[in-house]
Amino acid sequence: MVTAEHGTGPEERELISARARQVAAEVPDPELPVLTLADLGVLREVEVDADGTVTASITPTYSGCPAMAEMRSDVAARLRAAGFSEVRIRTVLDPPWTTDWISAEGRRKLAEYGIAPPGPAPRRAAGPVPLTLSPTPRAVACPHCGSLETEETSRFSATSCKALWRCYSCLEPFEHLKEI
Amino acid sequence: MTDDHVYLSLAEGSEEGEARWAFGTGFEDPLHGVDTAVPEELDSRILAAYCLALGDDALVLAQRLAEWCTRAPELEEEVALANIGLDLLGQARLLLSRAGQAEGAGRDEDALAYFRNADAFRNVRLAELPNGDFAFSIARLLVMATWRLALFERLTESKDPVLAAVAAKGVKELTYHRDYTAQWTVRLGDGTQESHRRMQRGIEEIWPYTGELFTTAPPEREATEAGIGIDPATVREDVEATLRQVADAATLTLPVIPTLTASPRTGGGRVGKHTDALAPLLTELQSVARAHPEATW
Repeated sequence: MVTAEHGTGPEERELISARARQVAAEVPDPELPVLTLADLGVLREVEVDADGTVTASITPTYSGCPAMAEMRSDVAARLRAAGFSEVRIRTVLDPPWTTDWISAEGRRKLAEYGIAPPGPAPRRAAGPVPLTLSPTPRAVACPHCGSLETEETSRFSATSCKALWRCYSCLEPFEHLKEI
Repeated sequence: MTDDHVYLSLAEGSEEGEARWAFGTGFEDPLHGVDTAVPEELDSRILAAYCLALGDDALVLAQRLAEWCTRAPELEEEVALANIGLDLLGQARLLLSRAGQAEGAGRDEDALAYFRNADAFRNVRLAELPNGDFAFSIARLLVMATWRLALFERLTESKDPVLAAVAAKGVKELTYHRDYTAQWTVRLGDGTQESHRRMQRGIEEIWPYTGELFTTAPPEREATEAGIGIDPATVREDVEATLRQVADAATLTLPVIPTLTASPRTGGGRVGKHTDALAPLLTELQSVARAHPEATW
């Protein structure tokens, strides 16, 4: 049981913060339960202030992400269950989420789960976003057999964040987390 | 955590917010937990009107895209159109919530989406036109995604930090929407004789309605002067250049974008003058909420 009382010293507060961070970081993503919100880069920050209030900041992946409300209540519930009684969840819209925030561990878990992890997100140069008229030219490795003989079959899959691909070597279809 | 926690959270409502209306999934205010104070130097009325117009464009077009569910030529396209609709619905929720906060009259996203009649909607008319065939829907979505992307790229500099953040997020989504429709336009336009004919016809059918996209209506004029919004007339050149690039690759002919004085019948959405197609769309969109105005689930 963690209790943060008035007048805790800076060292103790740092310990409490680390503990809160750890609890929040372990919350699984509601749609991709193999990943935690920390793996996904959705959990941005966890802070504990002087009176013990924990503030966890999360950011949505897509504007229409239907899981945001659930993530908020999951993070709050886990923190409360770990003994933090005052919990605030802050939503951060800026800077917008990018697949570059998915951790190395997160990428490994995605591939293991059968979803090809994203490559580097497109860098936004000054000026208008360039138009792409041909399908994704990049080779995406099949998460099942590792072959690069793969092809995009659809830009969108079961969720906005994934595209549908197929492998010519093992003939399996697979999903690929799109770079944004 | 148990397997049925999703349903439990629906039944109990949200822990964080006070969900009064929760049509669909126990949603709460999508701006919940965001710092939503309107900067002092900004006129809230102007901000509200501008966010409402951009939110209505997205809401109405999302509803049209949802109509493709179970009707698209292939499962993959159905999934793609539904996902694009979901992105737009997400943008609509954020923008309508922002409009409601700025207005300060206690209306939230649900009140704005479900309890306004057609003449209170501020979307451009192009968004509300019935779907037509697949080529018509692709032509409309190509033009709207290209136009909205051009607006959102510039709105990242808006003086309203919430609108700027919503736009920055939207840019990434709209880039995918535009590329998806551009690739379909090329595939159909540069495909068989029949697909070329249908794609060209789709473009010609939506074309009279493109003039409104580049006409500065009152909410846009005020928002531009206040540094909140973008004058849509200023994105015309960029949008036209992109569309021409797609049309050239697709061997299609683009007509000249009409000016509203030449075809006044095809504008007016921004001041609440709509086609006959909007009211039936809203009837369907709003039917459950209006039948059970106090429902929670």
